[in-house]
Amino acid sequence: MNRYETLLFLHVLGAFGMVSATTAFWVVMLAARRSERPTALMPATATARIAVVAGSLLTIVFGVWLTLYLDGYELWDGWILAALVLWAVSGETGRRGGAAIEKARLAGDDALGATLRDRRTLFMLALSTIAVLTVLVLMIWKPGA
Amino acid sequence: MPLAIIRPDDWNLPLFLHVLGAMAVMGTLLVVATSLLGTWRREDADAAALRRLGFWTVISGVLPSFLVMRIGAQWVAAAESLDEQGEAAWIAIGYITTDLGGLLTLVSLVLAAIGLRRASNRGLARAVGVMAVVVLLAYLVAIWAMTVKPS
Repeated sequence: MNRYETLLFLHVLGAFGMVSATTAFWVVMLAARRSERPTALMPATATARIAVVAGSLLTIVFGVWLTLYLDGYELWDGWILAALVLWAVSGETGRRGGAAIEKARLAGDDALGATLRDRRTLFMLALSTIAVLTVLVLMIWKPGA
Repeated sequence: MPLAIIRPDDWNLPLFLHVLGAMAVMGTLLVVATSLLGTWRREDADAAALRRLGFWTVISGVLPSFLVMRIGAQWVAAAESLDEQGEAAWIAIGYITTDLGGLLTLVSLVLAAIGLRRASNRGLARAVGVMAVVVLLAYLVAIWAMTVKPS
């Protein structure tokens, strides 16, 4: 593998980590919403929590590195700038939604059930998901490139 | 420094579908592996709930995601006329890993359906959990092949 292939592979691996983890969170969350013991299902997100952090770091580090490495891309290109902003939006809204769920998990089943149905929590998580999927669209379509 | 590679617009939608399907497969497999292997030695009520989650995720998550990934793969292969170019190593790796993944998913589906109907299903959970890990590792190889494209 040459340097470009290594950078690209690590960047794509990170992207898979982020989006796969997002999928996993939604699967568990939707199941937990319907459960009488939602706290029992939260351990199923353990590996997804590692994947989303690792994936976020890999995508940003190797994404920026790729941009600097390749001719034809610049950090100030519209689609790359938009992706950077959306990466930050996805991370922050995901963190806030996840923090609310973790706080409720520690408080017990009733609190967790209520939080999983709370509109603000769902809005945060939906926004995080839309942001990361929009980054995926930008990475594939590369508008203006 | 190498030039950035831009693909034709026609390829973007099928590629997006293929990649999104692949990411969803990996995510649902993460849930299956974590929930089923996490109850390896447990027999309490919470373990039973996690196993039900794992089994249901195989049926309602892994299978539809796999279909989206596979249909997307065939669509993008047709768009790129890959079949006419002869089979490069990365395409062969893709087919091998998805064929293996498909077979193990099918077996997992059957075991998951049986597991949902049984009160005692720890053995089935272990089997499906291990298969999920094998498929995840196979798909990591596929991600490498699709990105690096060894010829």
